[in-house]
Amino acid sequence: MTSSLFFNLTTGAYFVAMVVFILYIAAKSDQVGFAATVIGWLGFAANTVAIGLRWREAYAMGFQQAPLSNLYESVVFFAWSILLVYLLFDLKYKQRAVGAFVMPFAFAGMIWAQWGLDDTIAPLVPALQSNWLTYHVITCFIGYAAFAVACGVSIMYLIKVGKEEAAGNNPIGGVLGMFPSTKILDDINYKAIMVGFPMLTLGIITGAAWANYAWGTYWSWDPKETWSLIVWFIYAAFLHARFTRGWVGRRAAWLSIFGFAATIFCYLGVNLVLSGLHSYGGG
Amino acid sequence: MSQPQTFSDRVWDFFCSLKLAIVTLIILALTSIIGTVIEQNKPPQHYLQNYGMSESTYQLLDTLQFFDMYRSWWFLGLMGLFAVNLICCSIKRFPGIWKIVSQPRLVADDGLFRTFSNRDELLIAGSVESVRDKLTGLLGARFAAPTVTEQDGKIHLFAQKGKYARLGVYVTHASILIIFIGAMIGNVFGYKAYVNIVEGSSIDKVWPRAGQEPIDIGFEVRCDNFEVEFYEGGRPKLFSSDLVVLEGGQEVLKKTIIVNDPLTYKGLTFYQSSYGPAGDPTFRFRVTARDSGETVEVNARQGQRVALPGGGSFVVNRFAQNYDNFGPAVQMQTTGADGRQGNPFIVLQNFADFDVRRGGAYSFSLLESDQRYYTGLQVAKDPGVWVVWLGCFLMVFGSLTAFFWSHRRLWAVIEPLDKGVGVKIGGSAHRNQPAFTLFFDELKKDVHETLKS
Repeated sequence: MTSSLFFNLTTGAYFVAMVVFILYIAAKSDQVGFAATVIGWLGFAANTVAIGLRWREAYAMGFQQAPLSNLYESVVFFAWSILLVYLLFDLKYKQRAVGAFVMPFAFAGMIWAQWGLDDTIAPLVPALQSNWLTYHVITCFIGYAAFAVACGVSIMYLIKVGKEEAAGNNPIGGVLGMFPSTKILDDINYKAIMVGFPMLTLGIITGAAWANYAWGTYWSWDPKETWSLIVWFIYAAFLHARFTRGWVGRRAAWLSIFGFAATIFCYLGVNLVLSGLHSYGGG
Repeated sequence: MSQPQTFSDRVWDFFCSLKLAIVTLIILALTSIIGTVIEQNKPPQHYLQNYGMSESTYQLLDTLQFFDMYRSWWFLGLMGLFAVNLICCSIKRFPGIWKIVSQPRLVADDGLFRTFSNRDELLIAGSVESVRDKLTGLLGARFAAPTVTEQDGKIHLFAQKGKYARLGVYVTHASILIIFIGAMIGNVFGYKAYVNIVEGSSIDKVWPRAGQEPIDIGFEVRCDNFEVEFYEGGRPKLFSSDLVVLEGGQEVLKKTIIVNDPLTYKGLTFYQSSYGPAGDPTFRFRVTARDSGETVEVNARQGQRVALPGGGSFVVNRFAQNYDNFGPAVQMQTTGADGRQGNPFIVLQNFADFDVRRGGAYSFSLLESDQRYYTGLQVAKDPGVWVVWLGCFLMVFGSLTAFFWSHRRLWAVIEPLDKGVGVKIGGSAHRNQPAFTLFFDELKKDVHETLKS
């Protein structure tokens, strides 16, 4: 029983769940939607076990470190976080169609990690040997995951809103009829960002506290720091847009999508394209 | 009946507006990208060579302060606008919100009742007093103890929960200003510096990052020892320095610092940051002449020629702390009595007999090697950092309050009518209305049961 076996199971489960969620929208059958959700839960369980086993494997190698130390480990943790946030929202809203727009993010992460990234367990260099690493990574990724869910429902919102306006008060049939109403999509979008924004704030603060503890400066306008602030600015704009006429609806949905694009750039683009202090895995 | 707006009203409204906040946030997000794409604070040649930009492009970008944009007048100006917007917006809205918190409306008229999406009306047989007592008891048990007001022959009840949730957004806004203040305190009264201390020596000055003159820190810091350890495979595992703080020659504080665990004394913090060799390494060898079997022990310093019995000599060219994971090693060369120079070879400290197999005129065992290091320390003084942490705490606390806590209010009117006692209840929540509706529907059932029993 190795972690890599369970990571493969996770990847498979996320793929199947994604396909079954899409089938659900096409087939309009509640049983199919339920099956997709169950597969999602099973994948999440496999993901959890895999991360736990990897943790144990690192300890067995003599490295006392949480499995959050390189790009591979961060990507599989990101997939785990997306499922966590998605499944909690599913428990509350039970809007199964959302799964078809959120699972692809988790699956893309897992397949990239499994095929494209180095999964060697390597010990931590001195700069990363700190408990702040764990707090910082967990808060950031829960935030990122919430933004992924918000992005998924924003895409659904933009697909649906035009049709709903055209239909007036008549119910929308066809595939779009399986989407939640734009009112619910907008609500999920807002609630997800309400969870993500404080988490991102905590992630930035724990990062600043750590930087201050390790280097004596809590903010140095390093590209990673700056991009996290850019993401923060975008979602802060989103939260204020809610209270402003002319900024609700489509513009808010676009802000949420741009926000997630900036999040992904902050997470990956900065490391792969720009240079800076965050050198996990060396790409 | 709108009054004509004066110019100053328009300016005030501009600085108070939510639209300004959104636009400022988006402009801050967009402009911040510049400094992540163009490396900051490099010498002019760096930009001309690495970015392939012409002299005139360089001049233009330099004028726009794109090479130090986070300190540029326009970026700080945007931050200033953001702060002014926050302050104005709060000044405009806070008094109204504070009134809601401090002087709640105890009496709801019909106009207010019409605005509630959660409301109920019933007609009860019995006395006004008994209905009042039952309803007061029920609200106290299920929600919050109500305030009772009698007015115009009617009895008004008011109960509320979570009134301070209204202040969450102002705490969040204030926290941003507090962080700005903390950053300014750090900039004005603090500094960042660095210092290198050679093992065994001490310093009493540090070199600021901005400026030429060293700063006298008023005490001494000595480095007794610096260590570097590696994992198998060569990744660094540990950098540590044994530091001692001295006041007037007296040791007052001792600490071994590592990356992520600095030393703080009198507002100055010393961070493990870099290291390097200080001076040439020294060695002690045991040398055996192959022909005679004679053995001697000699001391050597890197680059210094050492004579051997029999007329030969040797010199150590290089030293490595960890050569190919075999531990300390030297690369050295011998010169025979005839003056002929031999080829360079490696001697490993951890393998005493390794060099015998080379079959040279002398075989060497490296007994001891000593490389003195200097430790490179970042030094920071930042009296504003606690203000920044206070701001950060308030930001998290304030935003959680603003997002997840809701101010819920209930009003009830009890009035004598021809056929009995009329009861109206209604309420609202400033956030999370669906949850409040669920609560209100439950409460409605309880009110019916209690009052009709």
